[in-house]
Amino acid sequence: MTLKMNAGTSSLESIKNINELSGENVKLCMQCATCSGMCPMTEEMDYGPRKVMHMAQFGLKEKLADINTYWKCASCHACTVKCPRGIDIAKVMEALRQQTLRTGKNKIEPSQMSAETIAELPQIAMVAGFRKLTS
Amino acid sequence: MKISYYPGCTLKTKAKNLDKAAVASLEALGIEVEEIDRWNCCGAVYSLTADDLIHMVGPVRNLIRAKEQGADKLVTLCSMCYNTLARANKLMREDEVKRDTINRFMDDEIDYAGEVEVVHYLSLLEEQVGWEKLKEQVKVPLTDLKVGTYYGCTLQRPAEVGIEPFGSFELMSGMLTALGAEVVPFTAADKCCGSYQVLGSAPGENTAAANILNTANSVGIEALASSCPLCEYNLGKQQKQMLAREKISSSVPTYYFTQLLAVALGLDTEVCHFELNDDQSLEMLKSKNCLAAA
Repeated sequence: MTLKMNAGTSSLESIKNINELSGENVKLCMQCATCSGMCPMTEEMDYGPRKVMHMAQFGLKEKLADINTYWKCASCHACTVKCPRGIDIAKVMEALRQQTLRTGKNKIEPSQMSAETIAELPQIAMVAGFRKLTS
Repeated sequence: MKISYYPGCTLKTKAKNLDKAAVASLEALGIEVEEIDRWNCCGAVYSLTADDLIHMVGPVRNLIRAKEQGADKLVTLCSMCYNTLARANKLMREDEVKRDTINRFMDDEIDYAGEVEVVHYLSLLEEQVGWEKLKEQVKVPLTDLKVGTYYGCTLQRPAEVGIEPFGSFELMSGMLTALGAEVVPFTAADKCCGSYQVLGSAPGENTAAANILNTANSVGIEALASSCPLCEYNLGKQQKQMLAREKISSSVPTYYFTQLLAVALGLDTEVCHFELNDDQSLEMLKSKNCLAAA
């Protein structure tokens, strides 16, 4: 993976925003990839959490807006409990979701769900899913 | 000591099999709990952004209801409810500034500062009964049943609210061993089932859930015990589709741990609401002679 890093792609504002929203410091990450090893969802992600932490450290705002990693994150905290740098990576993923959701964009559209699906799903699936994937 | 009970939304409908079996078991064991008045949804997931306080109002309001009841403890079953309530409680105990903001926002309620202790059913069972005494109460031992203790994510993570340390499964194993079952360790016991991601994936396409079932199968687990309606949905209800799509090689009956408890205590199987599980769950118990004679 080659990532272009220059004044045009790297945003200091993005780093500050992620840190503020998550309450974490993404610069603490030392790229050991324990998070990617722990993550149960990597098969469905285009980039594992380690790479996303790298993108966050450099404030690659546009690249971050383009990937599916944090939309596939199930907030299971497997990354968080094992991070040797003590970063709550689940909170960083939440911050990345919120950056989009707070602009009023939804990742899934509840109105597009079929009546059968709604009838079948347990309530907590919908409450949790809408909390994480809709604005 | 007074103990309040918070069931949560799913337990009153689609996960009645988790709720009814739990309440009946506590009654049989002589532990008195009182369902809290006017409880509301806990929010299912704990808010992870530093500036989001509005989503604390839901869980905190439930904690206030328990305080109003004069409870020392609030017991809950669903892993997601437990996690959300326990984390909100921790916030109210430890963060003075946020506590003050939340209390002032809810000015129609009494002030709350984390006076009630949030406990999971398994912890309560160990504390109030203990595995030795539970063993004495067993009427129909789950002999020869090879059970996997599926904790998933929110019972243990993050560590500050975990019912036991990450990587340890003593509570559910202790209970199931006391019930006479054979607990079979498996490496996917604390792997996430995919949780709410089921909303965005096609039925039976959940790789996280399939990996868990395949791991359980590979070590000969015949029954998977869980504590969460979303885990049960992803691992139990989606199994037929996973089989059809060849995501899993064979099926594994799934249960709520409270169903196995109620069955071993010899309670009427009606309280277990097995009609809400996949058919194979009841069949497995029948084939192992784990049901009390009707």
